[in-house]
Amino acid sequence: MKATRVSAGVAAVLLMIGVARGAEAPAGASSCTGCHSAPSGVSAMRRLSGLPQAEIADKMIAFKSSAATATIMDRIAKGFSDEEIRAIAAWYAAQKP
Amino acid sequence: MTCSRKSRRDVLKAASAVALFPLPAIAQGRGPRVVVIGGGFAGATAARFLKRVDAKIDVTLVSDNATFIACPFSNHVVAGLRDMEAQRFGYGKVAADGVTLAFSAAQAVDTDKRSVRLADGKALPYDRLILAPGIDIDWKGLRGYDEKAAAVMPHAWKAGEQTLLLRRQLEAMEDGGKVVMSSPATLVRCPTAIYERASLIAYYLKTKKPRSKLLILDAKDTFSQRRNFQNAWKELYPTQLEWISLSQGGNVSSVEVSTRTFVTDFDNFDADVANVIPPQKAGAIAQAAGVADRTGWCPVEPISFESQLVPGIHVIGDAAMTGAMPKAAFAANAQAKVCAVAVAALLRGGKPAEPRLINTCYSFVAPDYGISFAEVFKPGNGMLVDVEGAGGSSATDAPPETRRLEAQYAEGWFKAIITEVFG
Repeated sequence: MKATRVSAGVAAVLLMIGVARGAEAPAGASSCTGCHSAPSGVSAMRRLSGLPQAEIADKMIAFKSSAATATIMDRIAKGFSDEEIRAIAAWYAAQKP
Repeated sequence: MTCSRKSRRDVLKAASAVALFPLPAIAQGRGPRVVVIGGGFAGATAARFLKRVDAKIDVTLVSDNATFIACPFSNHVVAGLRDMEAQRFGYGKVAADGVTLAFSAAQAVDTDKRSVRLADGKALPYDRLILAPGIDIDWKGLRGYDEKAAAVMPHAWKAGEQTLLLRRQLEAMEDGGKVVMSSPATLVRCPTAIYERASLIAYYLKTKKPRSKLLILDAKDTFSQRRNFQNAWKELYPTQLEWISLSQGGNVSSVEVSTRTFVTDFDNFDADVANVIPPQKAGAIAQAAGVADRTGWCPVEPISFESQLVPGIHVIGDAAMTGAMPKAAFAANAQAKVCAVAVAALLRGGKPAEPRLINTCYSFVAPDYGISFAEVFKPGNGMLVDVEGAGGSSATDAPPETRRLEAQYAEGWFKAIITEVFG
């Protein structure tokens, strides 16, 4: 049990490192920084790198279903499946803030 | 026995030397060489991201000028809402990423030897070449409109002195004057910016010269975001701005510089200030390298943006013909990042992954009134196609608060993209 928990933890850490070091971002991820790249205070759009995965993914999925109001992100979110959104969010979460 | 073993080793050594010979980069212990031509949103992004993806790649960025002048927000400069200095950016941070800079015009590409010749005489060999030359004005595309004519009837479609010339002409115009813009039927850089420019000039006229008028002579019957623009024009500029479409006789067949006249199929329109949006084509080096087809633009495949005409050369940004993606700064930046990752993969002998790309175009119809258009793209049928169900325009019935927010986000976009490309 304990060993399982430890190895799960190790796996999670390895996964994190894998995402962080893996040069290949998931399809679509590289476009986001066209708006979401400036440090806070410089631009009205938040920098995504280092934000928690759930925060990015939940928001995008809510934009997609129009559960959250958006000006433009609803139209963009509709171009991705929930799974693709989660993969992109995980990749940004693993990047240096 | 010893002798024969020796000779076998020698044979192996010789064999491996032969095997390595076609890969001089590896033999000499340095990384592969990529030359990027064009220092705009596409080229500067590609150069930086190549270094980020693989620091061992030897990247040289070739740019005509040591200072880049950005087109987005140059319509604000035309309308007196922004200082030209806010449009100028340098390459210091690009160099700090390890990119070698060459400030010279690229004159020719030897596709057999894989080498670029610069105006200063230097030769730059490459393993892969990325072309991001932007647009050139097609001086043969509109009768009567040549480089001399542009000094009287500015196009201001490449930001710089032309932008300031148009602004000075507007400032010098008497109240009650007539501004005429013409818009061609063919592909242009950032087509929506034509209507943004008309909007912001109308704003200038309304606030500074209210008896004046702006006419758009258009060779098209529709354009991106037309309903949003027209609704806003009716509300904000009912007496200042008039759009004459193709079917209303808007097609300009020639211009007469001495009288600043636009000649259409049915009528002549004399202007006090004349702004010609001329026909355009991919930058000269694309034509010289043989990657442009008869349309003047460069067909590319949709995964690595490699030319469909010349292997080893990739084309990104306004010069590229990608299918559904428009010629716009956001698109150029998005393409550059995908292209950089793909080129790095190809140089490793790998296969680039299938990409997804986004484009976002913001337009101002007034300083606090923004609208947007977004699209998501994927490869399909050998080009980039729209992902169905995604993208589209700002809602036509959006409240003023949304318009204000979109204007703020438009400014945020510019700050963000400048941070990524030059910051």
